[in-house]
Amino acid sequence: MRVAVPVFPGSNCDHDALHACGAVMGWDAVPVWHQETALPVGTDLVLIPGGFSYGDYLRCGAIAALSPVMADIKRHAENGGLVLGICNGFQILCEAQLLPGALLKNQTLRFIHKEVYLRVERTDLPFTKALKPGQVLRIPEAHGDGNYTLDAAGLEALEARGGVAFRYCHADGQVGETSADNGAMNAIAGLVNDKGNVLGMMPHPERAVEKLLGNDDGLGIFRSLALALAPA
Amino acid sequence: MKVRVAVQLKGGILDPQGKAVEQGLHGFGFSVDKVRVGRLIEFEVPASDAETAKAQAQAMCDKLLVNPVMEKAVIEVVS
Repeated sequence: MRVAVPVFPGSNCDHDALHACGAVMGWDAVPVWHQETALPVGTDLVLIPGGFSYGDYLRCGAIAALSPVMADIKRHAENGGLVLGICNGFQILCEAQLLPGALLKNQTLRFIHKEVYLRVERTDLPFTKALKPGQVLRIPEAHGDGNYTLDAAGLEALEARGGVAFRYCHADGQVGETSADNGAMNAIAGLVNDKGNVLGMMPHPERAVEKLLGNDDGLGIFRSLALALAPA
Repeated sequence: MKVRVAVQLKGGILDPQGKAVEQGLHGFGFSVDKVRVGRLIEFEVPASDAETAKAQAQAMCDKLLVNPVMEKAVIEVVS
């Protein structure tokens, strides 16, 4: 299983992503500089890491979405290849129009850095098939712009097709007005495209993959991907 | 020609920066309401008339300068 981790100027979670995929999962995980025009041959998964690509200039992810490597990532996605965008990676996927909507500044006006609870809304996706419906994951997040926004019609369509993969919830799995500190609409923490092969999420599962470091709730997502990509 | 593009969050979208600035102004005793913070982008384009310059700026807004999910822009040809 081969994972490509595109690296932009300002990416800062690329090593965490490579560690989770490489050292923890035992996959062939390689960094890919944003100027590259092609992903490595045989790439199964593209993991767009977190960080502050291009210093968040103009809008978070807007400049990175124009990078040469993004053209091949779009082609990979159109061919049904898996793409996982975490934090800034999610913002980049929205700016590249691989996912609907946009991520605005947190409504609290603060950078939010803490562990949050996520309720699993879909278990039929390549990213979630090892999880249970309604399962609650404790995953760290760290962002200033995680306030997911979409116009009313778009939001209705997204919900109607079951595009939401994860919602911010309380420890008991309840989703309410106060479960998303950042103000995300419908407490959306992660969503997939129509085909279900592109997932964007604000929290960082790659930072929660080792019990020794206190939390391995993120492993479920990586184990799901292992199941999805296992040779038949 | 010189063009100015004022990018702002759409009306219904919460603007936390505007809110923070508003609170700051209240701290100085100013009576102020509905503060919105935007972004001003200025550039020059090789166009001979305002119409062409405006069309070029509009194309830039569509491609990069504006995210239509949350923002709107006002284009002004300055000179």
